[in-house]
Amino acid sequence: MQISDQSLTFSLGINGRSREVKVSPSTTLLDLIRDHVGLTGTKKGCDFDACGACTVLADGRRIKACLALAASYEGASITTIEGIASGAELHPLQAAFVKHDALQCGYCTPGQVMSALALIAEGPKDRGAIREAMSGNLCRCGAYPNIVDAIAEVAGL
Amino acid sequence: MTSPPFQYARPSGVDDALAAAAVPAAMYLAGGTDLLPLWKAAVVAPARVIDISRLALATITATDGGLALGALARLSDVARDTNVAGKCDLIAQAIANSASGQIRNMATVGGNLLQRTRCPYFRSADLPCNKRQAGSGCGALAGENRQAALFGGSASCVATHPSDLAVALTTLDAEIVIAGRSGERRVPITNFYRLPSATPDKDTTLEQGELITAVVVPDATRFAGRTTFLKIRDRASFEFAVVSVAAALRIDAGIIVEARLAAGGVAPMPWRLTASEAALIGKPAVEATFAEAARVATNGAQALADNGFKIELLRRAVARALQDIGESK
Repeated sequence: MQISDQSLTFSLGINGRSREVKVSPSTTLLDLIRDHVGLTGTKKGCDFDACGACTVLADGRRIKACLALAASYEGASITTIEGIASGAELHPLQAAFVKHDALQCGYCTPGQVMSALALIAEGPKDRGAIREAMSGNLCRCGAYPNIVDAIAEVAGL
Repeated sequence: MTSPPFQYARPSGVDDALAAAAVPAAMYLAGGTDLLPLWKAAVVAPARVIDISRLALATITATDGGLALGALARLSDVARDTNVAGKCDLIAQAIANSASGQIRNMATVGGNLLQRTRCPYFRSADLPCNKRQAGSGCGALAGENRQAALFGGSASCVATHPSDLAVALTTLDAEIVIAGRSGERRVPITNFYRLPSATPDKDTTLEQGELITAVVVPDATRFAGRTTFLKIRDRASFEFAVVSVAAALRIDAGIIVEARLAAGGVAPMPWRLTASEAALIGKPAVEATFAEAARVATNGAQALADNGFKIELLRRAVARALQDIGESK
């Protein structure tokens, strides 16, 4: 069994690219993404599981990166906000957020988009289901009605 | 805030995990959704984190009308499993009402049962709390105690247990399967949690180094269509229960022949409402019966300065849960 109090070196996929990282055992996935890989689109809002700004996909499932120990995700396939557009063309969900004015300051937006991306795959039945399922993402500007509009449009509701 | 570093261990199997846990201050990590915030807040300081998330303990199997939930099954996977969804609504409902979509994708069955209290004194390293630091006192007794227990508290601790799933599992008479270095044992969930008495730092009867491997739910098909999980909280979603009720009835020709009720948010463990159950048995499934069961639900409740509102709230929650079931077809 591997027991280590030194730095851990391992690989994981981020936005389709394999990355080898060297991190301390207590590094969170959020700090790995931002500080070690340099992808700062994923935000550190509260760092305490309350706000959802750090939402990313791990093997297609939405998770809060601030609650994830980086080493647990060795070999996983992570998708961040930087990984969803096609070149200069926004992902339809990103475009819908722009169209519906689904943000003001924008700080929570990467987490909102990543959470919504997974939610649409989960198949929400109606707007009420979207509101319920997006409860893990706070928006202190209060853009909620427009966020729901954007998600509902892409979900075909 | 700087939290102390820890060793990282990734065992290859249960025996390997148990061996890794044979050092002081070792802690298991599954989903991490409670351990990491507690570590960041300096509430816990593991010397070694044992990452069990890859162990083969995540399967969900049907067993003679019941269920065996692997301790590492993620909550979202449990709720949508074909053996749970539409077959064991109480579990599916309890999970659907828990946390948020992201957390349900991470949190595990075993970890959910072991999550620590949300009492603000426990979660603030600067405040007195006998559960966090034995002998430091209970800040909640004479302080902010809106969340505090109505039942089962002591002069040393009045914290409540936050799990929704545990309340449903208590109603269903689930058993916890525990692996230790001397073998496996099974404990009914009602004997799994401990009341605080003089040692509130111990939430459960787990010994240091023991590991939950599964939760076994006995056949509950006789309650099919006659269960409900009702959760009352301060906001509509992504919030812990102020009061919750998990109820199951068996009704034969309009008469209640079997009743199970447990409440969350009111005690240091899921609180079986035995007086309410007794008030239902042999009675017609009508509103007057439900009202009497609701009235006796709070027998023995002891309120502090700020949590007395939960007494009436619990009665109304019991009445509403029973009415929901009574009206279901």
